[in-house]
Amino acid sequence: MKTKSKAIFKTIDIVLLLAVLGVAIAVDAFMPVGLPATVLKKGAVFAVVAVSMNLLNGFTGLFSLGQAGFMLLGAYTYAIFSIPLEARESVYYMQDHLAGFLHVAELPVIPAMIAAGLIAAVFAFLIGLPVLRLKSDYLAIATLGFAEIVGAFAKWDTLGPITNAPNPLVNYPKFSKVTTYFIVAGVCIAIIALLVRSTYGRAFKAIRDDEIAAEAMGINLAKHKMISFVTSSFFAGVGGAMLAMFQSKAQANSFTTALTYEILLIVVIGGIGSLSGSVIASFLYIACSEWWLRFLDTPDVIPGLTRNGFRLVVFSAVIMIIVLFFRRGLMGDKEFSTERLVKGSKQLVRNLQDKRKAKEAK
Amino acid sequence: MNITIDHLLAGISVGGQYALIAIGYTMVYGILRLINFAHGDVFMASGLIVVYLTTAMPLQYAIPLVLFLTVMLGFFIERAAYKPLRQAPRMSVMISAIGVSYLIQNLALYITGGLPQTYPAIPWISDSITIFGAVTKRVTIITPILTIILIVLLVALIRYTKIGMAMRAVSKDFETAQLMGIKINRVISTTFVIGSLLAAVGSLLYFTSYQSVVPTSGSMPGLKAFVAAVFGGIGSIPGAVIGAFIIGICENLIKSSTEFAIFSDAFTFALLIFVLCVRPTGLFGEKSIDKV
Repeated sequence: MKTKSKAIFKTIDIVLLLAVLGVAIAVDAFMPVGLPATVLKKGAVFAVVAVSMNLLNGFTGLFSLGQAGFMLLGAYTYAIFSIPLEARESVYYMQDHLAGFLHVAELPVIPAMIAAGLIAAVFAFLIGLPVLRLKSDYLAIATLGFAEIVGAFAKWDTLGPITNAPNPLVNYPKFSKVTTYFIVAGVCIAIIALLVRSTYGRAFKAIRDDEIAAEAMGINLAKHKMISFVTSSFFAGVGGAMLAMFQSKAQANSFTTALTYEILLIVVIGGIGSLSGSVIASFLYIACSEWWLRFLDTPDVIPGLTRNGFRLVVFSAVIMIIVLFFRRGLMGDKEFSTERLVKGSKQLVRNLQDKRKAKEAK
Repeated sequence: MNITIDHLLAGISVGGQYALIAIGYTMVYGILRLINFAHGDVFMASGLIVVYLTTAMPLQYAIPLVLFLTVMLGFFIERAAYKPLRQAPRMSVMISAIGVSYLIQNLALYITGGLPQTYPAIPWISDSITIFGAVTKRVTIITPILTIILIVLLVALIRYTKIGMAMRAVSKDFETAQLMGIKINRVISTTFVIGSLLAAVGSLLYFTSYQSVVPTSGSMPGLKAFVAAVFGGIGSIPGAVIGAFIIGICENLIKSSTEFAIFSDAFTFALLIFVLCVRPTGLFGEKSIDKV
């Protein structure tokens, strides 16, 4: 009986996932331009990055703030390799000094995205060798510094023949459909979810809960931390490539520390240690900032109070409330499932009934 | 030649300003083990308060009021955002600090409307003078002197007063200090008050030489001051000051070369990663031993 209801709930979960995909297809079919499409695309991009950050911060307990740096690496790699050869001269401001390989190397979209992830992962490996030995906040500040350094290199004139220095890279192929964003994001998130459920994932959680105990149990700390860091950076790189597609230009100025903070706050809202929480929070966050709370920026809603920038103030106040009073976020460290939803609501109803009965008895 | 002296002077001056911010970081870290990400934004807010106050009142009233308001801001942030999380994991407190920083920046953006605010010229200290053939503002010379005076006072406070002794005790061992009857909350508040006061002085000096305030103008100096604190050995005040001067000077020398000027910020972080890997306790930090 129990296995049967489990199977039913599992089917419902799958149906829900398909329904999400159905929404994407419907939006593509009926409203290909407009706010809902924008929100869904950007939400999918942020979901990938937030989940990748959660893998590191929530599941392995490594507090890293380098996300923007890896995204920048991914975005630039993707753009550099996927701009069509014939368009390159018009994109780069130093047409005659293009780096040699740029005249020959062109990759199709998906391989270029994988290359984006790989480059981010390689850099993560190199920077991880020294910094992963550091403890919590030192690691945070070192990775933050790494992101700043990457940003400076991207803007450096000497690398101009490859990175176009401070100028944006444009004219690379982009996904036009929400569905494509969803499928790519879904694949990335599914891979991370599988990793989290594997023996590696259990080792990560052991490290998060108690490093010394984990080491005593025979878990190779350095190796597992590195796996988590490199994987997270790989997907941050892919997410960066997706963000570049969404913004239709890759420029170092859009990958600042503020971006990392935004992603961190999404992870916190969703619940540190919950992948589905991060996904839900990304869509909520993007929907609020791009769409539902836009009215706070228009001057006449509440005269004298709402004007440009007010939305962000409300936003940051809400975030502070979550951080201070609802530290577990939307999902805590649990994952979303219909089974839990149904059981939870049943429990809630029962609790309410009990309370009412207790009151009547009085 | 003059260019080098120019940059050296600017470096010493900026170093002094970083030192004043770095003390706030290093003291808070010494006691709470928290990177107070909001400290740089308190510094920026202090600059904005000056801009708005000087339109309403003469400078001689505005400056003491600015110092007072900045101190209140620092005090209030600690009470509202860090005190409720005293029993929480360290990661939560750090996220709270990032949240506060985000909130202050967005508030500043809302209030200023995103336009850079022109910093008022403070008479006497922003006058031009000539030293060794280099033309500079008087503030360049005043900064290091004032910094050193303030730091001597601070070190005396920590070494010879009762509250200073309490601070040292708390940073040595939080729990034991509490058991010995030290009022932890009062010590922490004092730390934030001192840190914010020095940040306010630093902000007066810093913005006098930069002339405009934007909501993000606190984050870079803030991060650099933090790096200075780490470089000198977190928790050590002389270390933070020396680290700040080294970073300020190096940064300005890098700025003087056109080819590498873009790395003036990145250099600081490269230095940080290097120091953390080679000597994680910094130049003057105490060796910490982790116990199970």
